[in-house]
Amino acid sequence: MATFAQKVEATIPALRRYARALTRDADTADDLVQDTLVRALRSEHLFQGEEVRSWLYTILTNLNRNRLRSLARRPTLTSIEDNDAPDLAGPEAGGRDIERALATLAEDQRNALLLVVLEGLSYREIAEVQGVPIGTVMSRLARARVQIKSYLDGERPALRRVK
Amino acid sequence: MIDRMSPVSEDELHAFIDGQLPADRREAVASWLAENPEQAAMVAAWRAQAEGLRARYGAVADEPVPERLKIENVLRLTGAPKRSWIAMAVAASVAAFAIGGGIGWFARGASAAAPSGFDMLASEALDAYKLYVVEVRHPVEVPGSELAHMTQWLSKRLGYDQRIPDLQAMGLKLVGGRLLPGPTGAAAFYMYEGPSGERFTIYCAKSGVTQTALRYKEANQAAAFYWVDDKVAYVVSGPADRDKLEKVSKAIYDQVDKAAVKRS
Repeated sequence: MATFAQKVEATIPALRRYARALTRDADTADDLVQDTLVRALRSEHLFQGEEVRSWLYTILTNLNRNRLRSLARRPTLTSIEDNDAPDLAGPEAGGRDIERALATLAEDQRNALLLVVLEGLSYREIAEVQGVPIGTVMSRLARARVQIKSYLDGERPALRRVK
Repeated sequence: MIDRMSPVSEDELHAFIDGQLPADRREAVASWLAENPEQAAMVAAWRAQAEGLRARYGAVADEPVPERLKIENVLRLTGAPKRSWIAMAVAASVAAFAIGGGIGWFARGASAAAPSGFDMLASEALDAYKLYVVEVRHPVEVPGSELAHMTQWLSKRLGYDQRIPDLQAMGLKLVGGRLLPGPTGAAAFYMYEGPSGERFTIYCAKSGVTQTALRYKEANQAAAFYWVDDKVAYVVSGPADRDKLEKVSKAIYDQVDKAAVKRS
């Protein structure tokens, strides 16, 4: 039988994927994964029999929420130009669009969408990760999908004009 | 978006593309979509989003894991806890005793280094818990939403770095904190709240002693676990449910312990 640490280890690649999509920045994502792993390994005793994987997603999701909160308190200067370079032609263009669309979502919606689409968690597991009823997960998912669609369908040019 | 009378719900459409629809509904949804081109287009767009996300991020999971995230390196980072909580908890159950609320008052002024002073600290903390836990409008001075400010302020007033534990994984939200007078100087008081309104508090202050065993105390439906570690006294108070309180205390112990390891 796999030990706790082995189960944690097996989840690292998936956690990195989830964190990368959540933060859209490779270094920030790996910091988040590292914090998640340290916390999980140090609090093994708190782990109560559910799936290790869901538990790790829960920790990562909460840590990211904390991170965003502390960012929100700190005024930051972000260069719009840097992040908003014109789309390149080719396959990368589609990737950038989805990345930007993702950035426009409310955090809970982004979490729900990525957990289902990218990580393949069941709605029930996501409800546990987010600590909400399944109905709430479904409405977050629905709102995320509507928002991404409207962003991709053309609200983007309107945003562009701001710059 | 979808008619209330529709034979297929919107939730089912999501489940359909997420592969979470029960097998006996798949055909029904597929044939309904064939007759409803507008909804079919919407579902196709959702599916394209999912594919776009997987195309954009899926490969991250195939990248080699960077050195710092390799399990052996993370394990090294977590370090061995200085003392095992279980050993402390066993000692606490041997030493467990219940005392009334008044003793602490008479002991005021005794040296905090003496065991009685330590007990007194716990009594003060329990009293503070009982006083503020019923407070609806002003339970704290600084709300938990101002974590950075509170950490800075209380670190300054208490004279050591505050690391305010995050108990969200246990469903406890930080309500906030306040400064209180303690037997030997300033004390910090943090309050957490669970989903059904149950509250837990951490009372901490610098202590004259370096380390003590874990102790448990119960008085009038409130209880506390308390200990001194690394010259800081901690009193974790909550409703008199020993198992739950022990779990909360353990999480706090582990987090402050981790902070201490980082410091050293």
